[in-house]
Amino acid sequence: MIDIIGMIFVGTGLAFDVLGCLGLVRLPDVYNRLQAATKCVTLGTCSILFGTFLMSGGFTPTGFKALIAIVFLVLASPVAAHAISRGAHRAGIKLWDKSVVDSYAEDREGEA
Amino acid sequence: MKSRILMFTFAFAVWCILCWVPDTQHLIAGAVVALIVAAIMGSMFVTRPHMLFNPIRVFYFLFWYIPIFIWELIRANFDVAYRVIHPSMPIKPGIVRLKTELKSDTGLTFLANSITLTPGTLTVDINKDDGILYIHWINVVGSDPETTYREIGSRFEPMLKKIFEEDVVK
Repeated sequence: MIDIIGMIFVGTGLAFDVLGCLGLVRLPDVYNRLQAATKCVTLGTCSILFGTFLMSGGFTPTGFKALIAIVFLVLASPVAAHAISRGAHRAGIKLWDKSVVDSYAEDREGEA
Repeated sequence: MKSRILMFTFAFAVWCILCWVPDTQHLIAGAVVALIVAAIMGSMFVTRPHMLFNPIRVFYFLFWYIPIFIWELIRANFDVAYRVIHPSMPIKPGIVRLKTELKSDTGLTFLANSITLTPGTLTVDINKDDGILYIHWINVVGSDPETTYREIGSRFEPMLKKIFEEDVVK
């Protein structure tokens, strides 16, 4: 029974990972791509790890490592997305043509 | 000093979990590594240790912040999935400002991370002095401060303010 639930978690995680990759290909600019990559890959990979935790039989050595990896992933992936997007903007990468507003560039005009 | 001791305990606990089941060899190696980490990084770990041991704050964090965060994360995924699969890609991106009243580093970090993992938003930069977060929004509804606060900030800011900022919690 618990194996089946674990399998469902792994399957859902894989589905979200695939959607995240699809977003990475389809969306127009670096910021939108980061959105898809960060959100879908975080939940997808966490779900896979949680499925691993269930299938490995709960609090075994593998299960513990999976849980720790979830915590690190949730803390680290938004920070990485933040660093990449900030770096991209500072390096002068433009937003997509159909973007509506860019308050960050407005506020930074005087600085640079 | 208190911060260093906390850092040591935390690093050692993580080490023990990572090499479960612990034996003597692992414990000694872990203690050495944790000591080095605590000596180098200890002073930046916790700046306000008393916050960590406040049971009400911990309770709010575990049973109020985390369930809402997980729910928002799942919603965010379906939101992105919908935008990616939809043939005409209904996106209207832009970078907007979000005014925040949070002051502490921990509070701001958690706010920025929560915003990144919730539907349609991604934190690009933080201006700590003025309390402004720059947020890339995949579907801009409006760029005036009231709209951005209602749509983005109101989900997490009051909660994080209670957990990380106020001096007295009820």
